[in-house]
Amino acid sequence: MKLELDARHLLCPLPVIRTQDAVKHLQAGDKLLVHCTDPGAIHDIPTWCRINGHIVRDIHLDGRDITITVEVTDGVV
Amino acid sequence: MSGKRKAVALISGGLDSMLAAKVMLEQGIQVEGINFFTGFCVEGHTHAIRKQDSAKPKRNNALWVAEQLGIKLHIIDVIEEYKDVVLNPKHGYGANLNPCLDCKIFMVHKAQEWIKENGFDFIITGEVVGQRPMSQRKDTMPVVARESGAEDRLVRPLCGKKLPATLPEREGWIERDWLYDFSGRSRKPQMALAEKYGFTDYAQPAGGCCFLTDVQYSVKLADLWKSRGERRYELDDIMLLKVGRHLRPRPHFKLIIGREEGENNFLEGYRKQFVHLRALNLDGPLALLDGVANDADIELAARLVCRFGKGRDAEEVEVVVTDKQGATRVLNVAPLTADAIPQEWYV
Ligand code: SF4
Repeated sequence: MKLELDARHLLCPLPVIRTQDAVKHLQAGDKLLVHCTDPGAIHDIPTWCRINGHIVRDIHLDGRDITITVEVTDGVV
Repeated sequence: MSGKRKAVALISGGLDSMLAAKVMLEQGIQVEGINFFTGFCVEGHTHAIRKQDSAKPKRNNALWVAEQLGIKLHIIDVIEEYKDVVLNPKHGYGANLNPCLDCKIFMVHKAQEWIKENGFDFIITGEVVGQRPMSQRKDTMPVVARESGAEDRLVRPLCGKKLPATLPEREGWIERDWLYDFSGRSRKPQMALAEKYGFTDYAQPAGGCCFLTDVQYSVKLADLWKSRGERRYELDDIMLLKVGRHLRPRPHFKLIIGREEGENNFLEGYRKQFVHLRALNLDGPLALLDGVANDADIELAARLVCRFGKGRDAEEVEVVVTDKQGATRVLNVAPLTADAIPQEWYV
C-alpha cells in the first residue's frame, strides 16, 4: 500500500508526529510519502525512521516542497 | 523476575533526561523514550524559521538523544490537553508564565497512562533535587509522584539515593546503589557523568525546556490575552509569538513584522488569515495585522511597516495592503521616523 501524508506548513516536530501516527496504521512493506515544507524534516524524519527501524527510500526537493518516502518495516531495530 | 523490565523515560532533549535513561539502560532495563509536544517547546521551530540560523544543524534534540542512546522515541502531540495546564495551573506560575510544577505532573501523568497502555513497568525522569526553583524541590518532587498518579513507579536515577526507595528498587528490578545523589543547581555532576558515558555535543538549553520560561515570550502571551479580553490560545497564536517584532500601536490591533527573509517566508503562510502589508517595489518586511483596524489604523500600520524596510528614509512609500479575501489596495504613506515610535508599542 502507498499512502500520502500532507504535512506542509507544519513545523517540526509536527511532521514527525504525523509520520509516526500514520506509520502506526501501516504494515511492513507499505510506503508513506510525506509532503512537508519545514527543512528540519529532512533531518528529523530520517532520524525518527532510523531509531524506529523504518527505511527512508527517497528525499525529493522541489523548491520549498519536500517529499520524503518512508518504507515501513516491522519496526524491529 | 520474568523477562526484562521495561521503563519509559521522559526525554526532553537536554542532558539530564539523557543521563537518567542511560543509567537505567546500564542496569539492564529496556528503555523507550517519550517526548511531549506542547507547542511551546524550544525545539527546532525558531531555528527552522530564521534564515540566518540555517547554517546550524536543525536537529530535534529529543530524537538526537534517542539515537545516541539507541532507544525508540514516541513523540506525543499534547497541544490541546496542555492548554489547561497553561491557563489554569493549580500550583501557579514560576518567574514567567511557566507552570512548571503542573507541567511536570501533567507529563508524568501522561507517561503513567502510556505505561499502562503499553505494558511497561515504570517511569524515568531526569529530575534532580534542588535543580529548578519550582518543580524540582525536595518538597515538590513527591507532589509530582503523587498528583500524577505514578506514585512509586516514578524513578529519578540522578537523585534517587536522596529520595525514598521506589517500587523498582524494592522489587529488585534496579539497584539503589547504582543510582546517584545529585542535588542543587550545579551542573558539574551531570557534566562529569556525561564525560564518563562519552556524551558530547548535547544540548544545554538556557533557562528551561520551553518558551514559557522566557520573559519576552511571556509578556507577548500576556498581551495576547489582555487584547482579546480572555485567556485562551490556538497553536497558530503561540507559534506567531515566536516570530518577528510585535508592535501594538493601538489596544485593538498589533503588527507582527518579519525581521528577515526566513521569518517573512514563515509569515507568508498566514497571509490568508490576516490583513497584511508590504512595501511595493522596495525591500522590506511582511507584516501581519492582528486585530481590528479602521482606515486610520491601517494607514498608521503602513507608515510603521515602512520604518523597518529599505524605504525608511524616503519621503513617501507605496505600501500594498491585502485583506483576508485577497483584495489589495496601495497606500502612499510617509514612513514613521524612529522617534515617532514610542517604546511602549514594542510588545
Ligand atoms: S520549562 Fe516549560 S516544559 Fe519545562 S517544566 Fe517548565 S513549563 Fe514544563
